[in-house]
Amino acid sequence: MISPDRIVFDHVSVTFPTPTDMLPVVEDVSFSVRDGEFVSLVGPSGCGKTTMLNIVAGFIKPSRGSVTLDGIPILGPGSDRGVIFQEYGVFPWLTVEKNIEFGLNLRSNPRSREKRAEVCERYMRLMGLYEFRNAYPKTLSGGMRQRLALARAYAVAPQFLLMDEPFGALDAQTRTAMQDLLLEVLQKEGKTVMLITHSVEEAIYLSSRVVVVSARPSRVRCIVEVPFPYPRTEQLHENAEFLGLRSRVRDLVMREYAAQEQQTRDAAPH
Amino acid sequence: MTYANPLKKLIVLALPWICVIAAWTLLHYSGIVNPSLIPTPAQVARRFWELMSNGKLPIDMLVSTKRVLVGVVLGTLLAVPTGFALGWNRSVHVFADPLINFFRALPPIALIPLVVVYFGIGEAAKVVILFYAAFFSGVIVMYEGISQISPIYIRVARTLGATDGEIFRRVIVPLSLPHILTAVRVELGVVWATLVASELIAAQNGLGAMIQNASSFFQLDIIYLGIICIGLIALIMDLILRKVSRRFLSWQDRIAA
Ligand SMILES: Nc1ncnc2c1ncn2[C@@H]1O[C@H](COP(=O)(O)OP(=O)(O)O)[C@@H](O)[C@H]1O
Ligand SMILES: [Mg+2]
Repeated sequence: MISPDRIVFDHVSVTFPTPTDMLPVVEDVSFSVRDGEFVSLVGPSGCGKTTMLNIVAGFIKPSRGSVTLDGIPILGPGSDRGVIFQEYGVFPWLTVEKNIEFGLNLRSNPRSREKRAEVCERYMRLMGLYEFRNAYPKTLSGGMRQRLALARAYAVAPQFLLMDEPFGALDAQTRTAMQDLLLEVLQKEGKTVMLITHSVEEAIYLSSRVVVVSARPSRVRCIVEVPFPYPRTEQLHENAEFLGLRSRVRDLVMREYAAQEQQTRDAAPH
Repeated sequence: MTYANPLKKLIVLALPWICVIAAWTLLHYSGIVNPSLIPTPAQVARRFWELMSNGKLPIDMLVSTKRVLVGVVLGTLLAVPTGFALGWNRSVHVFADPLINFFRALPPIALIPLVVVYFGIGEAAKVVILFYAAFFSGVIVMYEGISQISPIYIRVARTLGATDGEIFRRVIVPLSLPHILTAVRVELGVVWATLVASELIAAQNGLGAMIQNASSFFQLDIIYLGIICIGLIALIMDLILRKVSRRFLSWQDRIAA
């Protein structure tokens, strides 16, 4: 049985005004994310991936076409969609625990004191932050900050997780550990996930489908099904089929990178 | 810096002051300058006890401190919302930035004649001068600070379901607190520096007035005493603010130490 579509991009285009003219950033993009699915978008930087994620997050509106959540157009940001930004966005003036608690005592979504404490403790334990619950973010490493951002997003029980190159700033070891932690958490509490990354390896390892996006303006170049069942473990990285898929997708992406480079060079003043 | 030994800490803290007092005393006795032009620390200290015991100095200190605080409080009350408006709204900034830079560049002393015409020679005139000095130095600090606040925290709060009011109270306010404290510190410095000028306006009391009256009678020890009092009160206020900053802003990467 095929799960129902939850996030649907329907012929979406976005153009931004520039001082001189209009810059088309997303052009006629259509794809959907099904319930419980993990979909990654890969493509060259500057092609318009963040713009697409920002539409789902509710920060921008498409110029043409529509993006719907369960068939309903998106009106603005909301706690049904947890967003993880590359630059973490953990609140530096709050301790680890207070960061996680932030979304739990807002008027839109109030919880009792007991419930708040329970939820905070659960996610601090799940993300390995319990010992640091009274620490301020300035004392945390990059990986811990990103775990904190994930814990804070999870605490408000969103149905969707939107992640914009969440592990891009981490070193290779931390990055792998975070990928495995994410898979583990998703195994426990499933979400419908949209992830942006420029690592093909990461996209395939984590996703059920990978959307390869073209150079700017973003179009859907192709959508690749990733056949490996969950739960996935690190052994997958050495699997021959995985490696084959990886090099196939990497070729596709490299071609778009070259196109984007050419475009940037052409746009440069002579 | 932290010192394991409290005695060592005391010495390190006192050393620069001991050096200044020693150099001052040496200068008096060296003969490089006419000794009658430089009162000794002991003379100034005697004056201090005299004016403390006849109650004049405490009143002057209190009056000046009150004027400074009123100027800083009023200046901050206006500088904070103005800084927000400038930092958040591009067109407000484009409109007001040249004006602010124009008025900020004017030395408050140059405005005294006008202030006397419009506000007379009473308490109001002095407070207006100090308010002017406080506002224009504070608003720049606020504006720079507010425009540095990263929009990402606001976005995060929105995705967690915060309303505009909640974003203001729970994100904007904590993020602007360091800038407000910095603005107050800068204002205090500028306002103490302007105090003597503001007390040029027919002041009966206050440290600035004390210094000026003393200069008419060539009472150098009182002039020295007035200057030292201004410096010390300003220093103590700054120390208190630093303590407050450290208490409330321990989350910051670098504390205004
Ligand atoms: N608000 C905006 N106004 C104008 N141009 C923008 C805006 N946001 C993004 N852009 C431009 O759109 C292009 C795509 O940006 P983005 O979606 O961030 O790309 P990616 O995330 O794929 O690197 C970039 O050239 C960027 O400069
Ligand atoms: Mg991006």
